[in-house]
Amino acid sequence: MTETLLHLTPRGLYCPPGDFFIDPWQPVSRAVITHAHSDHARPGMRAYLTTHEGQAVLRGRLGPDAAIQTLAYGEPLGLNGVELSLYPAGHMLGAAQVRVAYRGEVWVVSGDYKTETDPTCAPFEPVRCHTFVTEATFGLPIYRWRPQAEVLAAIHTWWRANQDAGRASLLFGYALGKAQRLLAGLDPAIGPIFCHGAVERFNGIYRAAGIALPPTAYTGAATREVDWSRALIIAPPSAQASAWMRRFGEVSTAFASGWMRIRGARRRRGVDRGFVLSDHADWPGLLGAIAATGAERVWVTHGYSAVLARWLTEQGLDARPITTPFEGEQGAATGEEE
Amino acid sequence: MRALAELYAALDETTRTSEKVAALARYFAAAPPADAAWALYFLSGRKPRQVIGSRRLSEWAIDAAGVPAWLFGECYDAVGDLAETVALLLADTPSAVAAGEPASLSFWIEERLLPLREADEATQRAAVLQAWSELDQPRRFLWNKLITGGFRVGVSQRLVVRALAQVSGVEDTVIAHRLMGDWAPSADWYRGLFVSQRADADVSRPYPFFLAHSLEDDPASLGTLEEWQAEWKWDGIRAQLIRRAGQSFLWSRGEELITERFPELAEAAARLPDGTVLDGEVLPFRDGVVLPFGQLQRRIGRKQLTRKILAEVPVALFAYDLLEVEGRDLRGAPLRERRARLEQILDSGDDAIRISPLVSGSTWDELAAARERSREVNAEGLMLKRRASPYRVGRVRGDWWKWKVAPYTVDAVLIYARRGSGKRASLYTDYTFGVWAGDTLVPFARAYSGLTDAEIREVDAFVRRNTVEQFGPVRTVRPELVFELAFEGLQPSTRHKAGIAVRFPRILRWRRDKPPREADTLEIVRAMLREG
Repeated sequence: MTETLLHLTPRGLYCPPGDFFIDPWQPVSRAVITHAHSDHARPGMRAYLTTHEGQAVLRGRLGPDAAIQTLAYGEPLGLNGVELSLYPAGHMLGAAQVRVAYRGEVWVVSGDYKTETDPTCAPFEPVRCHTFVTEATFGLPIYRWRPQAEVLAAIHTWWRANQDAGRASLLFGYALGKAQRLLAGLDPAIGPIFCHGAVERFNGIYRAAGIALPPTAYTGAATREVDWSRALIIAPPSAQASAWMRRFGEVSTAFASGWMRIRGARRRRGVDRGFVLSDHADWPGLLGAIAATGAERVWVTHGYSAVLARWLTEQGLDARPITTPFEGEQGAATGEEE
Repeated sequence: MRALAELYAALDETTRTSEKVAALARYFAAAPPADAAWALYFLSGRKPRQVIGSRRLSEWAIDAAGVPAWLFGECYDAVGDLAETVALLLADTPSAVAAGEPASLSFWIEERLLPLREADEATQRAAVLQAWSELDQPRRFLWNKLITGGFRVGVSQRLVVRALAQVSGVEDTVIAHRLMGDWAPSADWYRGLFVSQRADADVSRPYPFFLAHSLEDDPASLGTLEEWQAEWKWDGIRAQLIRRAGQSFLWSRGEELITERFPELAEAAARLPDGTVLDGEVLPFRDGVVLPFGQLQRRIGRKQLTRKILAEVPVALFAYDLLEVEGRDLRGAPLRERRARLEQILDSGDDAIRISPLVSGSTWDELAAARERSREVNAEGLMLKRRASPYRVGRVRGDWWKWKVAPYTVDAVLIYARRGSGKRASLYTDYTFGVWAGDTLVPFARAYSGLTDAEIREVDAFVRRNTVEQFGPVRTVRPELVFELAFEGLQPSTRHKAGIAVRFPRILRWRRDKPPREADTLEIVRAMLREG
């Protein structure tokens, strides 16, 4: 087999002529980072490359000592004859697809992406390529998202109903990305919005980057007088069933995730409500994005990768699943990957 | 149909009983009677014979969604429910999303669904596909549920009854009774639920049960023994048997009408004088002996009462109180008088309706000694009742006490496992437990029940991963899991390795907190034998 422009090594997806890795999972000298979620942005790399917009969140993850270089979306960078550029993936603030061009051959690595609009980040931009490396977290045709506005309206209705019933609204969602997307869509006129410390930390970074979020307060700084029954509280899923929850008195719990599309997943999660809102593409989103690249070859990294690869193969594409430690199906149980 | 889909979602979204009842009440308050009747029909676990088989439904969904069969299979594996898989797989058509006021539930069932039973496959297919395209996802899900029949949403009959009582102002016992048996859902039938002067309303109504507290103190603190009456504390189904106006009704403590479950009691009740209400315990009873509760469970679990099970586990009502005689409420009379009248009525020694015997003793110590023999008659201990007390309502302290014997408990280590049978045939659910004798674990009890389904799956996975040795159907596993076992008695035995036979061992709970080394020893178990 001839060596491809990008190939899978034990340390990650590697580009030999450019001598860089994309989202590597073991320490390397040069890492191009699609976005700042922990399964894609790991500590210990000698040098990091990401977007201008993604720098602050990545810094928030990695600490002050990490060497982070940035590019504007679409700005080319030459590396030993390889042209590297980053395009919006629509997944979260600063998330990028990585375009790699060498001697007329173009590859695009999607990272995580969604095709829906999101007020907290630049919208997904299809990039023409020969080979597309896609994710497949929700690569089953049962996953179809409703418009975001509809989901937010349902969250507002739930919040108001909880206020009427005299109990706090506790909404779980991934602390980075999902939480801020939720916040950006919430109506602060309904009541006060509080955030778990893990969420509040990233709120500050988002605001500093110029993303408009409604006023929020850190739960830990709340006084005893706070009437939690008026409030909506955003927390990471790991806070569920913890002692931290007790302070709010009676609560209604909800989880915002694509997994909530399935009734059984919500029941296993043990929350009162499931709001189907994901930062990953749904089935039509995946197929549309893949078609828009015009790619003949597709590598499918994580999630329902075997299913999506088989489907694409049956549609006449050269598709295959590749194994990475990016979190896909595992999230069905934990929901943490979003 | 939209209203029922919303009810389904509302019930699904909460575990709070009060909210479930409120959602049900909202639905019934607004639903047209013909729709409400059908909703009740499904909510009470009834279903019409499945109109279309699951395989056909899957095939049509595969066609409609334009996916290959393997991909449908992947989706089904992720969802685990056919009706839901199909509902999620199909995209909402613009007409479904835009559809205004939908047709009623009764229309969908009576005009769209049930006629398909007589139709040929092509007509069925066209009709189902048409329905899918007309409905949005929540209603498509409901429609599929109506077809496949598995309408389970985690509300008990009691909650449904409570909601109907709330909406109508009719007493819940009356509604509960009217929901029993065979009925065809129709608007007239539904309206009939709430008619106040239906003749059956008063006839069936049970009295609220009087419930006992556990006795924590020394019984001598209750005063002189002469004031008290002692009976066995049975382990069965608490029930009230009503004979009025030539009809018999047996109510469980959960106010469920269970007459049909116990035909032998219904038959015997017909020989009671009219206007009689008995309080007692339904017990498995054969050849003059009360059987363990587990035998009764075999009967409770069944939909169909076969001749075989009726012969294997006959029941008797052990009556211990008389609440009504000659149509007169006797609850205010003292127990000693009620007991005397009860003895008169049950004088005939009918096999299926018997008087629960008194346990005698001239001192508290003698009663305590009798209590220690409870297990021999499959009782859980003694009931102490004040002879001068009326029959009160609910759990009231002071006049009735249950004085139970404690079960024996031991922490033991799982050492062998074998597969279960029936529903659990694929899982390792039959366990043997050991206790320590020095450095070795001696097999000591075998138990099946007491774990949740989730725990069973977890133990099953453990067994498969930790098998040390396999001998026929039995796997020896690494001794790592500790369980608290309860059992009702110990006897010396030469046939058992540990030298002890245990009665009715069961798993009380999984002691995840205990390392195996801290499980109990054979010495501790032997000490129990001496004490017992």
